[in-house]
Order: sequence, then C-alpha cells, then structure tokens
Amino acid sequence: MEPSENGPDRDAAHHEPSPTIYPLGFAVGIAVILVGLVIDPLLIGSIGAVITIIFGFLWIRDAMHLHHEEEVAVEAEKRDAAKAVAEGRPVPTAERYPRSRFLESMTVGLGALIGGIVTVPVAGFALLPGFVGQGRHKVDLGPLTDFPEGAWLIATFMVDPSIGEVSRRTAFVRNNGIFKNEPSFTIISNRCAHLGCPVQANGPIGKTSRETTANGPVRLIQTSPAGFGCPCHGGQYDTEGNRTAGPPVRALDRYAFEIDNGRLILLSTFSVSHVDGTGAQAQIHKYKLTGPGEHVDGPEQWFYPIQPPHH
Amino acid sequence: MASRKPPTKAQLRRQHLEVAVQYPMDWLEERSGLIGGIKYFLFRNVPSDTNWMQTLGASTLTAFIVQAVTGVILAMYYQPTPQGAYPSIVRITDHLTLGWLVRGMHKWGASVFIILMFLHMGRVFLFGAYKYPRELNWIVGVLLLASGMAEGFTGYLLPWDQTAYWASVVGINLNGTAPFLGPWLAQFLRSGQEISGETLTRFYSLHMLVLPGAIAGLIGLHLYLVVRLGVTSPPWSKEAAGRERPEEPSDLRQGLTPPAATGSGGSD
Repeated sequence: MEPSENGPDRDAAHHEPSPTIYPLGFAVGIAVILVGLVIDPLLIGSIGAVITIIFGFLWIRDAMHLHHEEEVAVEAEKRDAAKAVAEGRPVPTAERYPRSRFLESMTVGLGALIGGIVTVPVAGFALLPGFVGQGRHKVDLGPLTDFPEGAWLIATFMVDPSIGEVSRRTAFVRNNGIFKNEPSFTIISNRCAHLGCPVQANGPIGKTSRETTANGPVRLIQTSPAGFGCPCHGGQYDTEGNRTAGPPVRALDRYAFEIDNGRLILLSTFSVSHVDGTGAQAQIHKYKLTGPGEHVDGPEQWFYPIQPPHH
Repeated sequence: MASRKPPTKAQLRRQHLEVAVQYPMDWLEERSGLIGGIKYFLFRNVPSDTNWMQTLGASTLTAFIVQAVTGVILAMYYQPTPQGAYPSIVRITDHLTLGWLVRGMHKWGASVFIILMFLHMGRVFLFGAYKYPRELNWIVGVLLLASGMAEGFTGYLLPWDQTAYWASVVGINLNGTAPFLGPWLAQFLRSGQEISGETLTRFYSLHMLVLPGAIAGLIGLHLYLVVRLGVTSPPWSKEAAGRERPEEPSDLRQGLTPPAATGSGGSD
C-alpha cells in the first residue's frame, strides 16, 4: 500500500493500531503457564494464568477502544411529509412490511428449512453410527488345557468373525494357576499405549498350535518373553505390561476374562496405568478403556474428560 | 476497403477457413460470453518483472488435475472392501494394461502435489505476496494445504496392506491424542471403536468425493481472488516500488490504490 501525499493518511490509521505492551504481557503470561506446567502446575501455572487473563483483558479493551475512536456520529436524515406534499414530491407510503420483503424472507426461510430437513439426518448418519451400538464381543480362546501354567502364549483371534480378518487381534496370555480358589490369567493386549502399533514379545518364539472355536480359527504361539517391545517408536514394557522405556504414556491394556465350561473367554479390554507386583498377586490399576497415547492418571488425564461411548 | 487486385485462391481459402473457425466461437460468445470470460481469465496483464517462481501455483493446479484424472480412472477398478481392496490393487498394478502407470502417476503425483504446495507457499511467503490485500487468499491457501494433507492421509489407507493399515492406526490415534475432542475425532475417523471395513469405505468416500470437492471449490475461490487482486511483483521489483513507472499506469490495480493518489502524479 503506497502512502498518499495529500491529506492525512487515513488508511494507515485504519490498518496499524498504535503499539501497546499488552500483547507482550500476554505472551509472557503464556510462557509462565508453560514453564509452570513443567515445574509446578498449581502455583506457577496459576500465576501465569492470572497474568495471561489480565493482559488479555487489557489487550482486548485496548483493541476495542481503538475501534470506538473511529466511530463518527451522523445525524439521521429526516423528511417532512407535509413539505413533500407541498413541493409535489411523492410521499413514501407507510407500509412497514412490504410484500416483497415478506416474499424474500419466505424464500430464504423455506430454503433454510428444506436445507435443514435434508442436512440434519444426513449429518446424523455420517456421525452417529460410529458412536451408537458399539457391541460387546466375547472371544472363545479354547479349553483351559491349552494354557499350561506359567507359560506365555501369543494368541491371535478374530473379535468378530463376521467381518473377517480385519478384526484379528493379538493378546499375550499367561496362566497364573489357581489363586484363592479361582483361576488367574494375565491377558495383555498387544496394542501399544503410545499410538496403537502391534507390540511384540521380546523373546524366542516356539511351537504354534491351532484351535477352532466359536470365533473361528485361533492361533496359540509359545513364547518366553523378557518383556514386550513396539516396532514403531521403540516403546518397551515388562512382562506385566508396565512401561519401562520409550514414548508410551501408560501400561499396556488388558483383557477381562471369564471361564465358561472350562474354556477361556476374553471379554472387553480395559486400560491400566501401572501394575504393582506380578502374576496372580499383581495389583492392577484399572481404568476405563481409553485410546492409545491418552493419559489415564496424572494432570494430563484432564485433557480427556469425556470418552466416546464404547463397550 | 476495396482491394486493387482480386484475392488469390489461397487468400480466399484462408478467408473461408477463418469464417469457419470464427463462426462457432461467435455463436458461443453471443449466447454465453464464455469466450470473453476465458480470455479475461487467461490473458490478464501481469507485472512485467514476474518471476519463474510464480509458476509454482499453476504447477500445483496441474498436479491436482493429474491426481483428479488418474484418481477417477483408478476408482473404476478399485474395490473399497476389506476382502477386495488389496487384490484389486494387485490387479491394477500387475494385470491391467497400463494400470501400473496410472497407479504410479497417482501415487507419486500425490507427493509432487504436496511438495509443490509447500514450494508455492514458500514463494508466496518470501515474496510477501500474502500481505494486504491478499490475506484472504493466504487463508484459502492454508485450507487447501490442510485438505491436501487430508487427501494424503485418507489415500494412504486405500492399498489396504500392512503399511497402509498400521500407518492409519498410528495416524488416527495421533488425532485421538488431541485434547478434549481428540478421542471423538478418532472414533469418527474409524467409524467405531476399532478399524474395520467401514473405516476403509469412509476414507474412500472422503478421499474421492468430499476432499476433492472441497479442494476444487477452494481452488475456484483461490483463482477468483488471484484474478481479482492481480499478481504481485517480486520484492526486488523497481516498478512496484515506484522507482520506475511504466508509461501508462496499469489498470489492474484500479480501485485498490487510494483515490487521492491517482490525481497527484508521481510520488517520488
């Protein structure tokens, strides 16, 4: 934009507000919040929040003030009907709501109504099916005799055989024996708690056995892992699924299970922040199932207050 | 204008040909104004010191057209089902005549499109071409960039091999880690709690209908603003700086310069 020579440069005044320090203070406030998140979210974080809010308020007030200055008061134009008649000019009729305006608003309103009638169900169909009726699945892994006590098995199975291989999942299963008169199993999901890649057993792979159950073909592969590792970004877990290294934010998810007629049945998965102890004595800190990369404990859990509905 | 000599045979033939070519053009112009419109769009005045870098936008448009055309053809052979997707990709690549070529154009052209978008954006940034009055066109460009990246994300799943599957798992879960609405966005993208055949059809629909439609519309808006606001001179332009004025002021920017400046002559 070139500045013009003649007259005050009004355009420049419109586009360049006078410099203020409020944005700077606002930025300092944000910086303090960020530092506070690392050092002490409660104290330093709230100091930063106060600075940010104060300077934000001042900044907005300042900006509003600038606009107010530009306002120019113009007196409304008035016409005298009697004078107009005397001068022979046409007098505007006192029609407050002319027909043309009625037709205009009817056309626009009807168009909006038709648009809404079409859009609302279509948008609902695009959004809702992924959230409603997320069914539970039970997975039959076969008779308990397939799971020798103390041995790890990599089980692959289809959650929903009707939709095929795309529903194939993997779990690491260990029979912990009988604990307090009840069978105990450690069943760890192989979905990495970082971004959902397939976690692998860190150890030698043994014989594969196949079983056909109500859920179609199930494969059980012997293994003796020292832990579990993710090939994507290097997340590492111990044999209880606790994170030991890398980017994951929590322990590996686990499957709930039941024993039905001497068969091991997998139920829904749940999330785990960490596990104390091992095997049958393990104390599992359970949470509702959340997506990979989402914290279930600590201050970060407040970033994920409402989970979408699922089984 | 009577010519002294009667026209030769060759001249006559040429005249006939011109009439024959001109007639349908005139017919169309009289009824639609399209010829004039296309001329207005294509034969605009641009600053005399434009740079080769300013062809990057048109290159990006060309890359998009290549993606659109090859994509439409690929959609004739591709099957967006969990059982059929990968076999149909194999069939396109290995069995159908020239399928390898068209799929290759689409696959590599996708990278070309994204790279050109970034180069074009870099040119606009470094030339300062995003400044007043072109801010809105920068914003439209950012929306185009986001739509283009979304095209890349949704298209990556479609081959339905291990790379595609796990890349989409990671990509969707990355979206899921966004605060507050992230988990909802991830579940929308997956169309459920887990990736399934519906995720594939959803991505296919987004990839070949929703996003290309959005991109085409945004390109229309982008070009409208380019035509309306004119092409920027490079930052080193003496002409744009007012040091070397062309003899006749370009009428391209009429209405953009403040009215006061027009009557006052040179400002230096």
